[in-house]
Amino acid sequence: MGGAGVTGTFVGMPTFPVAARRALGDAQLRHNLGQATATIRAKRQRLVEEVDAAVPTSAADPQGLGGWEALRRAGAAVKEAALRSLPEHLERLEAELVANGATVHWARDAAEACSVVAAVARAHGVREVVKVKSMVTQEIGLNEALEAEGVAAWETDLAELIVQLDEDLPSHILVPAIHRNRAEVREIFLRRMKEVGRAAPDGLGDEPAALAAAARSHLREKFLSARMAVSGANFAVAETGTLVVVESEGNGRMCLTLPEVLVSVVGIEKVVPTWEQLDPMLRLLPRSSTGERMNPYTSTWSGTAAGDGPGEVHVVLLDNGRTRALADEVGRQALRCIRCSACLNVCPVYERTGGHAYGSVYPGPIGAILNPLLNGVGHDDQVDSLPYASTLCGACFEVCPVRIDIPSVLVDQRAQVVDAHRGRRRSGEAVVMRLAAATLADEGRLGFAERFTGVGLRAARRGAGWPGLRRWTGARDLPRPPRESFRAWWRRTGGGTR
Amino acid sequence: MRVALLVTCLNDALRPGTGQAVVSLLRRLGVDVDFPLAQTCCGQPLVNTGYLDEAVPLVRSFVRTFESHDAVVVPSGSCAGSVRHQHALVARRAGDPGLATAVEEVSSRVHELSELLVDVLGVTDVGAYYPHTVTYHPTCHSLRMLGVGDRPRRLLEAVRGLRLVDLPAAEECCGFGGTFALKNADTSVAMGFDKVRHVRGTGAEVLVAGDTSCLTHLGGMLTRQRAGVRVAHLAQVLASTEGDVWGEPA
Ligand code: SF4
Repeated sequence: MGGAGVTGTFVGMPTFPVAARRALGDAQLRHNLGQATATIRAKRQRLVEEVDAAVPTSAADPQGLGGWEALRRAGAAVKEAALRSLPEHLERLEAELVANGATVHWARDAAEACSVVAAVARAHGVREVVKVKSMVTQEIGLNEALEAEGVAAWETDLAELIVQLDEDLPSHILVPAIHRNRAEVREIFLRRMKEVGRAAPDGLGDEPAALAAAARSHLREKFLSARMAVSGANFAVAETGTLVVVESEGNGRMCLTLPEVLVSVVGIEKVVPTWEQLDPMLRLLPRSSTGERMNPYTSTWSGTAAGDGPGEVHVVLLDNGRTRALADEVGRQALRCIRCSACLNVCPVYERTGGHAYGSVYPGPIGAILNPLLNGVGHDDQVDSLPYASTLCGACFEVCPVRIDIPSVLVDQRAQVVDAHRGRRRSGEAVVMRLAAATLADEGRLGFAERFTGVGLRAARRGAGWPGLRRWTGARDLPRPPRESFRAWWRRTGGGTR
Repeated sequence: MRVALLVTCLNDALRPGTGQAVVSLLRRLGVDVDFPLAQTCCGQPLVNTGYLDEAVPLVRSFVRTFESHDAVVVPSGSCAGSVRHQHALVARRAGDPGLATAVEEVSSRVHELSELLVDVLGVTDVGAYYPHTVTYHPTCHSLRMLGVGDRPRRLLEAVRGLRLVDLPAAEECCGFGGTFALKNADTSVAMGFDKVRHVRGTGAEVLVAGDTSCLTHLGGMLTRQRAGVRVAHLAQVLASTEGDVWGEPA
């Protein structure tokens, strides 16, 4: 893993089209994803409508910005303002944290962050840590890094536990095991729990309650024995040095309160200046992610508190490509992301390929822009393929609670991919595109090309054709070529009669 | 009123019937339609694939061709969206403030067909007759980039003889996506088949949309499946009258 490498977890993944092709052939995956995303989309939609319905439409809202749209704009504004004065807010956050008894570490990249966490584990002589579900620790490949130091990191979020037990990779931000159904989960629990801790009970069924109970007793053992926990944070409130974690299961709170030592890895973009500004975020996040009005558990902690919770608290403030993204004029808005997954759930591409095809812990539309932004483009075909993993249909932008214009960032990232390859090896695509540009820009040449299109279509329909065409004709007929182009018709008739 | 038609490359080369229908429809409504022969491609395929420099001459040519017209009509949500939302991007890339100003000026007068009819001409009943059961797919760029809303629906509902049936999951993308259809052909096809499944489930004879690109993709799947469902551009439905029903181009 290089300095700017986002994660070690997905190393060596094929490009999106190749991985997608494989995923599309997995009937079980397609079914599981279709069901799960449809359910969560409907839940979110109901709540958005509820927010809109709660706001009486009136003259006070002349621009027609109803409740939800107003909330989105507020959320986007909070994050945007925080990003504009990031250094100032981070310094405040650090000062408050230190004043509250926490130790603050700054990490430029994944390797630095992992070594901080490993050093804390070493200092306390722990062989295992419990983990709160967190994207950033996956981003930096923390579990693998700790394992290399002989420290076992146990995921305690139910879906993360499923993925970890199966030695699988996460495929969704919120529901990393979304690609699994309950029959598969039962099988994983029966097969694997006994190898790493308390076994699943004999005769385990696949009812959600039974599976949750099995996970609970398996995890309870870990909570009670672990002396160190690792978390991320959904938000970091600068004015009081407070980290915030929202979750549904309560397992995160166990990790945050039971062990003696707590290390939280926090991306620098997570900072919000004040509690007041946290307010719209905490209303947007649960509605957009789990489709709930409020998440069941909201844990907040500001450093250490005598006799309450961990006595030693570390906070690792992580860059790992974020300042690079921040410098990107168009792409920087991606740092507003609150990892709600609404864009995944609504994405027609994600719904069909699942998350693994994106080759990163950040899949779906946000992954398609965030990975190139954090890593840079032009040096890895896998990363370069991601901005193209979209039809630019715009459904993601429509649901994003912080109004990240993902389609515009995708187009900009595509331009950066193309630019990065300018003057290097000439790809077939670049040649075709330049030829097309020259043809399309000139009326005379365009007229010629139209005649050529007719000839080409006729030949292709007869079965001749070039290999690239098969990508079209594999599943779709070509249109019948017209007798004459529109242009020719207009010239002939002046737009008179057909 | 004098309106210039930006016919779009696909309609020009593959579906001239769409452009002919626009001309026929607008003339019936008393509009003076012009087709500036100097027009070229709007540049969308290049921009969406990342070739911004290559798109600069196309944007210049667009501005030159259309700057003197009161209004420009485009029978494509996607190309209208490209002009209104991407030309500014290309002009900024060209680093030419003059071009940027001209783009802003011209693109504000560019309307997708249903926008021109409803907003500029103020009609929803265009006097059309189309005796078929149809279902309507709102294409992504008209829906989300332009926000045409229910304009196409209102136009279709006013057509005599036409029975409009709801398309399930109508707002989901059909999977075309320009070069996406080739770069990610497998995913594109998976999305397209799901759309086609919904279309077939409606029992409609005709699938109507405002973008020839999506219709070429979906129409190609429908004929491959021998589905017995044909596709028609919104313009063709609206151009149809008792004596002259527009079908697929011959
Ligand atoms: S990009 Fe927007 S919708 Fe997607 S995960 Fe981030 S905040 Fe949620």
